[in-house]
Parts: sequence; structure tokens; C-alpha cells
Amino acid sequence: MSKHTIEMTINGRRHTADVESRVSLSDFLREDAGYTGVHIGCDHGVCGACTVMVNGEAVRGCLMLAVQADGARVTTVEGLAAPDGTLHPVQAALRDEHGLQCGFCTPGIVMTMAALSAREKRPTEEQLLNALSGHLCRCTGYQGIRRAARKLASPEPAESTGGDSV
Amino acid sequence: MKPAPFDYVAPATIDEACAVLAEAHGGAAVLAGGQTLMPLLNLRMSQPFILVDIGKIAELKGISRANGGTHVGPMTRQCDAIESKILAQDLPVLVQAIRHVGHHQTRNRGTVGGSITLGEPAAELPATAVALKATIEVRSIRGTRQIPAAEFYIGPYMNVLEEDELVTGIRFPEWSSGHITVFHELAQRPGDFALVGIVGALAVDSGRVARAGLAWFGMGPTPMRATAAEQMLLGQPLHEIDPQAVAESAIADTAPFDDQQASAEYRRTVGMRIFARTLREALRTREVA
Repeated sequence: MSKHTIEMTINGRRHTADVESRVSLSDFLREDAGYTGVHIGCDHGVCGACTVMVNGEAVRGCLMLAVQADGARVTTVEGLAAPDGTLHPVQAALRDEHGLQCGFCTPGIVMTMAALSAREKRPTEEQLLNALSGHLCRCTGYQGIRRAARKLASPEPAESTGGDSV
Repeated sequence: MKPAPFDYVAPATIDEACAVLAEAHGGAAVLAGGQTLMPLLNLRMSQPFILVDIGKIAELKGISRANGGTHVGPMTRQCDAIESKILAQDLPVLVQAIRHVGHHQTRNRGTVGGSITLGEPAAELPATAVALKATIEVRSIRGTRQIPAAEFYIGPYMNVLEEDELVTGIRFPEWSSGHITVFHELAQRPGDFALVGIVGALAVDSGRVARAGLAWFGMGPTPMRATAAEQMLLGQPLHEIDPQAVAESAIADTAPFDDQQASAEYRRTVGMRIFARTLREALRTREVA
């Protein structure tokens, strides 16, 4: 069993710690760094709830060791909203379109869509829906989440519609 | 669940990594992208005493042309391979296959070499390596080996690597420009492992099949090379190919199994249909072009 001194930037703040080799990034973020917005659902890469950004890319926090994130720039859901509480556009879209109920899967979904939005500026609906296939949600039936994705993808702000044909 | 304790090293060179593997006498696990190893560790299905992270070895990353073929570094991430201009030109079917591996989030860390080395029988990339007649380059402190992909897999998640060997490259032979690509995967949801899949390429010379490489995934304990179908296609004029007949001979080279997702009979029935249809459509795109 070995311990490693690691340093990473989490939501813009430098964080240094000694971690055991076997600690996952998601456990490290929750238990050492205190970012409990990282939700751990399955711990083996199936549900997507623990998705965070590492160097701007959406990855599963449970499928990476904390020691592998040494030197990385990590963003969790706590790092998205503006300091005055203004929601990130992805968060606002999910709220407006009823894209969450219990909220357990939401941080992961937010991080995936936020990472794509940052990379592509205007990600296509196909790109967003494709990336969302990496997330499980047991409450919403996904329609609200898909509406939020469409809103983020569409060139003009879309009107919220009650029904959903897809 | 959380992993059992292990040591962790991240060597900077292939030689250092090989030295650690040799010293561990089978107690080490190689960590590439970790998108399969991490779940196995978390579930304690794998309990190595040391993890050798090859992510810091620069020479294991990247895609290049060499000796008339395409060399893919095993640590090349799947998301980077999808964007590769060389692969888009040389091996479009490999790019197509990688788009089906896991999810967006796992492709951001998962590697081409990790998937090919692991040899999940229903995975896209091992079958693609077999179909395209890739060579797996391997190194240990004892020397180097070149292993044809068709001889690499011996069972589910089992390959011919010795415990001290590290995959250092995957070399794809040249498939002449304008070759026909064949790919189809049937899965219950995007990102799931395939119930049935077919992948391959046909090189064409003067209107005839000059070279054929075809393999199934999800159709047996390893990627299953469709040898009989390849033989049948070889030398045939494109317009004389009977996709149904080729599919019937291809299905003879499978050994599908029953599991909770589908029965062996289902896999055979659907496999034959998607093989025939995919080949027919691939040939039709050629007629139009």
C-alpha cells in the first residue's frame, strides 16, 4: 500500500493532499476535498452520476484514481454557477425543462453537457443526446433532460413544450 | 465496493514499465485508460498488488504511418483516435468501430490499446484488429514479439501475453485507398456491449475482391474471424457477390452463446441477417461511387 502526494486544481482552487493509491477521484473529491456534489451511484462506471470534468473533459470520477489526477484541472458541479448564484446555462436549462426530480444523477448530467457546451460552443442535439446515453436517471423518464439538451443545442432559445414526440 | 489496497507506479519509459512487470511476477496489472480495470478493481474481481500506470509513457501515444501501414500507440485515447486524420483516411472502419466503444465519458479516458489488449468478446476493437489483420507489438525485458491479432485471443478476457509483457503498439497493414468498409453493431442501448456485430474491409482491384478481412464480435468466446466468408469473397467480381451466401458461410465461423440478453439462436439468426444486409449495402455504396 502506497501513499502519494498529489496536487490538483479543483474549481479554480489549488488542493494538495496525501492519498492512498486505491482512492478513486470521486471518493477523493467527496471525502478529502469536500465536494459532495460528486454523487457516487454504482462505483463501476455504469450510471454516470460521478461525472466530473478533468482538464475540461467529461470523465467518470469512479473510473479514475485520484493519483492519476495529479496536476490536473478538475471541475465539479460546485464550480459551474457564478459566485452570485446565477446558474450555468446547462443548470438553468435542466431546471426550466424539469430535467430532474430527485437530483441524484443531475450533477453528472450537468457536467457532461457543460463539458460539451464548452468544447463545441453550440453542440448539436445529436452530440448531446449521444453523450447523455452515458447517464442513467431513474426518475424523469429522460424527457425533461432531452428537452434541456435540445434547448442547449438549438440555434434560438426554444419554447418549452409540454408534449414530447421523441 | 472499493478496491483492495495496491501500490501504484507511473513509469516514464517502456523499459521501466517492463522492469516493474518482470519484477512483479504476475502480481501487477497494467493501467491504461482504466475504463474496464477500474470497475474490476472496485468489484475486487481483480486484486493486483501493484498497478503499473502507462499513461505517462509518451512513446505509447499517437498515431503514425510506418512501413506502408498505420501504427497506433496503445495509450492513444479513443476520443483522440476518433479525431485522427490519419485513421479517417487509412482505416475509416476503425474510427467507426471506436465511436461505438462505451460512452462519450469513457472514450475520454479509454484507450485503443486497452480495449484491444483486454479482449472482451463482445467489444468492437478486438474484432476490428482481427478483421483488419493487425499485428500486436509486445515488449518485455526478454525482448520483443509481433503477434497477429488472429492469434492473440484465447478466450474471454484471455490473451497470449506473458505476465511480464507489455503491448507497445498495434500495427495495421495498409488497406488500399477506396477499400470497402463493413460495420454493423446491434446493441440494446448505445454504449452497451454488442449482442451481435460484424466488422471488416474489402480491398478491390480491377472490380474484384483483392483482399478480405471480416470478423464477428459478440459471437463467441473471442473475436471470431469469418475465414470461410473471406475465402469465398477472394477474387470475386463485386457484381457477382451473393451477400446471402457469404453470410451463410460466415455464420459457420461463429460459436455464439446464450446469456441474459439473447440466446445463441437469436445471435445466429440476427447475425446472418445483419451480415447479409451490411455487405449488400457496402457493395451498393461502391456501385454508386
